[in-house]
Formats: sequence, structure tokens, C-alpha cells
Amino acid sequence: MTTTHTLSVLVEDKPGVLARISGLFSRRGYNIQSLAVGPTEEEGISRMTICVTVDDFPLEQVTKQLNKLVHVIKIVELEPATSVQRELVMLKIRADASVRSQVLEVTQMFRAKVVDVAPEAVTVEATGTEDKLNALRRMLEPYGIREIVQSGMVALSRGPRSIAAHHR
Amino acid sequence: MTTARPRPAPRSGVPTEQQDQAAQPATRPAAPRPARVDPSPATGAQSLVRSLEAVGCDVVFGIPGGAILPAYDPLYDSTLVRHILVRHEQGAGHAATGYAQATGRVGVCIATSGPGATNLVTPLADAMLDSVPIVAITGQVGRKLIGTDAFQEADICGITLPITKHNMLVTDPADIPRAITEAFHIASTGRPGPVLVDLPKDVLQAQTTFSWPVETRLPGYRPTTRPHSKQIREAARLIGEARRPVLYVGGGVIKAEASTELLDLADETGAPVVTTLMARGAFPDGHRQNLGMPGMHGTVAAVAAMQKSDLLIALGARFDDRVTGDLSTFAPEAKIVHADIDPAEIGKNRPADVPIVGDAREVIIELTSALRAAGEDARSGRHEQQRDWWDQLERWRSTFPLGYDDPPDGTLSPEYVIERIGAIAGPDAIYAAGVGQHQMWAAQFIRYEKPRTWLNSGGAGTMGYGVPAAMGAKVGQPDTTVWCIDGDGCFQMTNQELATCAIEGIPIKVAVINNGNLGMVRQWQTLFYEERYSNTELGTHKHRVPDFVMLAEALGCVGLRCGSKDDVDRVIAEAMAIDDRPVVVDFTVGADAQVWPMVAAGTGNDQIMAARNIRPLFDDPEAGGADEVPA
Repeated sequence: MTTTHTLSVLVEDKPGVLARISGLFSRRGYNIQSLAVGPTEEEGISRMTICVTVDDFPLEQVTKQLNKLVHVIKIVELEPATSVQRELVMLKIRADASVRSQVLEVTQMFRAKVVDVAPEAVTVEATGTEDKLNALRRMLEPYGIREIVQSGMVALSRGPRSIAAHHR
Repeated sequence: MTTARPRPAPRSGVPTEQQDQAAQPATRPAAPRPARVDPSPATGAQSLVRSLEAVGCDVVFGIPGGAILPAYDPLYDSTLVRHILVRHEQGAGHAATGYAQATGRVGVCIATSGPGATNLVTPLADAMLDSVPIVAITGQVGRKLIGTDAFQEADICGITLPITKHNMLVTDPADIPRAITEAFHIASTGRPGPVLVDLPKDVLQAQTTFSWPVETRLPGYRPTTRPHSKQIREAARLIGEARRPVLYVGGGVIKAEASTELLDLADETGAPVVTTLMARGAFPDGHRQNLGMPGMHGTVAAVAAMQKSDLLIALGARFDDRVTGDLSTFAPEAKIVHADIDPAEIGKNRPADVPIVGDAREVIIELTSALRAAGEDARSGRHEQQRDWWDQLERWRSTFPLGYDDPPDGTLSPEYVIERIGAIAGPDAIYAAGVGQHQMWAAQFIRYEKPRTWLNSGGAGTMGYGVPAAMGAKVGQPDTTVWCIDGDGCFQMTNQELATCAIEGIPIKVAVINNGNLGMVRQWQTLFYEERYSNTELGTHKHRVPDFVMLAEALGCVGLRCGSKDDVDRVIAEAMAIDDRPVVVDFTVGADAQVWPMVAAGTGNDQIMAARNIRPLFDDPEAGGADEVPA
């Protein structure tokens, strides 16, 4: 069954590690949907959150191949039900004085924030799951979206356990 | 390390003291290698050479150039590391591979930046696919020039990312000992493979400190070598139940040095053994239970045994397409026990019923003792319930033995030549092949009784592998006769390394199986392209260009020629008698000989053809008959 899987990957923060990982996906024929990288609580270790759409069986092959990379320390698949998954989006909306209040109303409904305002435009920032951000976007589309920028997904498992704590 | 060692004599006719010393790294008393060195000042280049010495490297194959030049200065003084100046970096890479495959030690090659480094791409890819432990050391432009398209700059780490087990660019001279330690560790442990260390010129020139040993920092590298006991028990249970088991032995058994242990397992199970192209020699060909090589050009018995098996016990093998043929029809009734040190291989092509991650030697030992624990009755029960299986296997084996006919046009049979080389040089010699028909015949018609006596490019199928690999093998095993079985096509890709062999005193023997063509491609044109021979004739027959005897002599070798069956033994004996310089024999053979049996690409193994138009019908209950099928 083809589904989107979220992999949380702890890697050594070394030059080229992103190229090693993205190259592995492309040469084995898997498409990365989104990828986010950032530091972790431990110096020298970065966490990548990789969303990939594949069948269950190739996913196992992907994680096994990833595990063979010397700079990869640990891989955990995060299930939507047991993890918190967030993306960040910024939308620049065409909004002059006549519709600005309506745009602000939608923004509030989604607990999004206005981060910039100009006479003809409002820039809104929102975080949430993919579904929520899609809904916000649909609501704002009628006003005219001038520009969108969206981050890759980041995710953490729910509960007290940490995947970093187990790698040593 | 201040005494310069004598330079090699220009020719090998009279062995010099230096050659005696340098040509026998395996047997000469090893010069003491420092177990511990307190921090002392050194340049990056000195640190590199001292690291190589300390890690146990005794020979490197390479060519100097601008960026790597600083490393060659301390190398000039090293009495522990012999440098062999090759003629092309590809030769250095394959020589490192041949050395590693013949000895089990890490092979090392050195090249300069840019084109020097990119010339290593093919041998690195080759070593990656055949899991050979080699370390490539490349020069790089100075740190400040990286990324500026500087002279002889190539992003060799980027280029070799998918074809190395690991690679690293060293940007701090203090990291050199650790980089070398890690490179050798990664190359030689777990599933072996090539590791590249890229060293910018100014890092080699910089002042630093050298100390030994150094700790590795590889938190993400922890190969599993010990098999899981529950999986071993489960595998032993399936073996106990199997009526048609097959031990499917791959190159991992050779890499794990598990041949002796495999004999015990074979004895305990009573099962037939098939040895893949990478595993020829892992199990003696003379052993009754050995059915030979499986796969596209395997024996009918080996291919049929796998197809009809109810349990395949894969040991250090990877269900490569050249073994399985069409996967969906491969061994349809077989349960799979798959043991490999690389977890990613298990279930990659064929799902495993019992996956075992571990070193092949440890797996085999554990499996054998689990079977022995079941007692003598269980053992005789296993052998008893395979009685029908062995009857069938023997029928296949006797009805479809490997064989060949002398060419009807009276030309020399290439199979005969190869068979005679194997018979005369014997099972103690090392055989390195190129890629193509001659490689398959060498895999089929030479009897391998010992591991590390058969070297070839199995995964990558690298034409030109043979001569440099034989050179590396001879350097690693100087007291062993090393034959390169090459084709006239392959030979023309890398024969310049014979100049290296002649000058450095590496007396390999090369049999050029000269059929005047790119033989394997021509065979496919005969079978699948209506005999339209597009661009496969090389002119080595028609025009005698090049004349291999003259070429050999020009390269400092003895050149011989043989074109008739009556002369074969005599010429081989003549070649065997020469041990002070390389020998090349141009065996001028017929162009029409074909490699059989054959499973055509993309078809299932049930479609194996024992010979052209002869297809054993496995569905026949007698299972020994042959039938004519339309071409």
C-alpha cells in the first residue's frame, strides 16, 4: 500500500550528509516529499524529518539503505497517531483596506498570525498539520495569494521518550 | 625512516635485493610497525605515510601528480610501504582490488586530484559491487581553491558518493591518522567495500602532529556480525524438514574466511552446494556435493537444483539477477533462509522466511552446531529424506555435464585452452579473468578447490579488470602462480599495466583468449540479433592489430602464440617455466564458440538451455530428458 511515511533521522552534522541522504533516495528511485533539517539537543548531531511516499516494502529497503550510511545514527518512523507533526507556511495575501478585516478574521479562526502588513497585502504565518494549512490556504485563496512559502514537516513522537537518548 | 630505499631496477631480468624484499610482503619478516607513537611533529603528508605504515599497509598502487605530490616525498623514504607506479589510475584501483581479493587484506591505491581521481571511478564502482575492501587516497586542490573550478579540481567525494561504502574530505591535517584508521576500519569490516580519502594539497603540506593509535569516531557504524540465536534455531528447524535443500553460497563466504566451516555445514546437512560466480573456490569443486555455479551460465544441475528446491540456504549471497533470472519464476517452491552481513540485502530481491543478519562464518558455525545439537539420528534422517533429491540431482549432473565441442572449422577451442591452463597450473594458482565469454569459461572449466584463487569482476562486469587485478594478486601472493585469463577486447583496455609488471618485477601470466571479437556481445548478436555483427569484430584476427606477441615484447614481457590444439600444453608449460618476467600468450581461437548453458536475459531459469536448442524439460517427471525446441 502506498502511503506517506515520516522518518525521523539522526545524523552526524558533517559536510555532505544532506547530499548523501538525498542522493540515496534519488538513485534508488524514491521521491522525497519534504525534508527538514536542524540541530538537536546534542552538539554535532542533526535531525532530519523526511516525508516519503512509498509502498511499505520499499520503505523497509529505504531505511535499511539509509542505515548503511556511516553518518546516519538512528532512524525512527513516526506514526501520525503517536507523534506531533507540524509544518510552517507563510502566505502573502492580496488584501487592501476593503477586505483586510475579512482576511484577519480567517487568520484568527486558524490561530494564524499576521507577520507583515502593507496597503495592498497581508502576510500570514501559520503552523499546523498539512490538513490545517491546506484548509487555511483554501479559505484565503479567494482573496488572491501572491506568494507562498512552506517548510518541510517536522515531527516529534508523543510522550516522554526521546529517540536521541537511545543512540549511544 | 630516513634511509631511502634503493630504486627498482629498470628490468626484472635479474632480481635485485630490493625486489626480493619488496616482492614478498606476505613472507618476509615484517619490519616492526609502531604499535604506539607519542605525539610528534609531522607534515600532513608524513602523517599520512606514517598512518599507512601503522595501519599495516605494505603496498600501494598509484601515480603521482600535482595535488598528491607532497605525499610522495615521505613515501620515497618509507621502508614499510612499497609504492608500485602503475600506468593508469584504473590499473591502480583494480590492482588494489586484486590484492585485496587474493589476500583478504585491504588494498590501497593513490591518485592525484581531478583526472587522476576520476580515473579511479570505475575500479571503485567495481569494488563496491563486489564488496572488496580497498582504500583510495586522492589528492585534492588546496582548501582555498575548492569550489573554484581550479586546475585539476574534481569533486571526487561527490562523484564517488554512490560508488563507495564511505568517503571523506579531510580538511584538518590533525585528522589524517583518524581518517586513515576509519577508512581501513570501514573498508574491511561489516560488508567490505571501497573507501575514498580525499586530501587537499595544503592539508598534506601543513605542519601537524602525528600520534598512534587514534580512536575512531563512528557512532553510526556498527555492523552486526553475531547472528540472532532464535533465527539460527528457526533455520536449523527448516533444514531439518527440507527434502530438497540447497546451500546457495555467495562471495560473502570467501570474505568471511568461512570455507572450512562450510565443509562442516555441507557435511552436516548433506545438501547440495552451488557456488556463485563470486564464490567459486569457496567450496571445493572436487567435493561430491558441489553442483557448480548457478545462474545465467551456470550448470544445469545447479540451476535446476535451485529451481526445484524446497529450501534455499543463502549464505553471503544476494539473489543477483544473473543468478535468479526472472525473479517471479525463480525457485517457486523454495522457502528462503537468507544470511548476510548486510541487512539491506535480506529481502531486497526475494523475501526471506528466515532472515539472519551476521558474518557468514559465524552464521555457518552456529548453524552447524544447532544441527549437531539435534543428534546423530536427526542427521541421518536429514540425509535419508534427501535420497530422492540426490537421485534427481545426479541425473541432472550426469545428463547435462558442462562440456564443449571442438569447433567444426578446425580452429582452436577456447574452452580447451582454459581447461588446460587450469589443469596444468592447478588448484594452487590464482586465476583472474576479464569480463565476457572467457570469464564464463574460466568460471566453468577451471576447477577451483580453494578460496581466493578465482578473481573476477562479478557485479560490475568491468572489462579490463583482469591484467591489473592479476598484478595486484601477484604482489599480494608473490609465491603463487597468477594467470590472467583475458579476452582480446578486455586485454586492449588495460594491458599497459604489463609495463608496470615488467619493471616492478611482477611476473604474471596472461592468456589472451583471442577470438578476434567482443565474443560475448557477438554471441548475443548470433542468438538474438540475427547474426548481424554490429561493431564486435576487433581485427585482432583479420588484421592482427595489435599483434599481441609484439605488443607483449614491447611491454617487456615474453610473447608467445598458440593456434593449434597440439601446441596448447607445450605453450602453457613454456609460460609456466618463465618466472622472471610477465608472459603473454596469444591463444588464437575460433570466433564461433559460445558459452553454454545459458538462461537468456529476462527469462526464467526454467528456460535454461543446456546448449543451443537443447532445453532440459524440468516438468518431465523423469527430469533427465532433453528435448529440441525451436531456435
